[in-house]
Amino acid sequence: MTERPVSPHMQIYRWPLPMLMSILHRITGCALYFGTLLMAWWLTAAGSGPKAYGKVAGFVDSYFGRLVLFGYTWALIHHMLGGIRHLIWDAGRGFSQQEREGLALATGVGSVILTVLLWIVGFLLIGGTR
Amino acid sequence: MARVRGLGSARSGTEHFWRQRLTAVANIPLTIAFVLIVVSLLGRNHAAAQQILGSPLVAIVILLFIGSVTYHMRIGMQVVIEDYVHGEIARLSLLMLNTFFTVVVGLAAAYAIFKLSFGV
Repeated sequence: MTERPVSPHMQIYRWPLPMLMSILHRITGCALYFGTLLMAWWLTAAGSGPKAYGKVAGFVDSYFGRLVLFGYTWALIHHMLGGIRHLIWDAGRGFSQQEREGLALATGVGSVILTVLLWIVGFLLIGGTR
Repeated sequence: MARVRGLGSARSGTEHFWRQRLTAVANIPLTIAFVLIVVSLLGRNHAAAQQILGSPLVAIVILLFIGSVTYHMRIGMQVVIEDYVHGEIARLSLLMLNTFFTVVVGLAAAYAIFKLSFGV
């Protein structure tokens, strides 16, 4: 009686990776939608003058601000890689079970690696004072 | 194929899908460039940020990013609204708000870049 397969219970149901990445694609998309307010705040402050820009810099240079910015850039990159996955599917490729798992894994792992890489290049190599 | 390449019976059947993909592809290089620009400006003061953001190459890349991204945002959020909001008035109101929001955010950001570039 206890050995037979049972229907998935939500408590023990492991989300398949492609499903998780698909949901994350929509969540990051919605988050980025409102995240552009940050970009508009940053740019309009830069256009307004040193005082307004100082407020943005003060926020962005705090630990919380840095965390938000890292999250924003990660969301951008994750959504971008998720989009590339969709473009591959648009081309009629990558539909097999293995390919879907691989693409989902590449989106998840790749988003973290690429974001860190861009921060290393932008912040450490091109960037100014720290 | 001739029927689906933007030339369906309504003459605009795949326009939405096509523009989503067009801006998606444009967003790929623009996003990478944008992230690099933002991150490399961390810790710089206003004068330095003003100079870099107002330089032609950076300004043009960010303007393209703003245009392509806000258009992509508008299409994407439209799909989300149509998926989840079923009341007709609520849906139409949110679709209008969606357009207002993306236009205002895009124009504000673009105006800032023009101001930085031409120093008005």
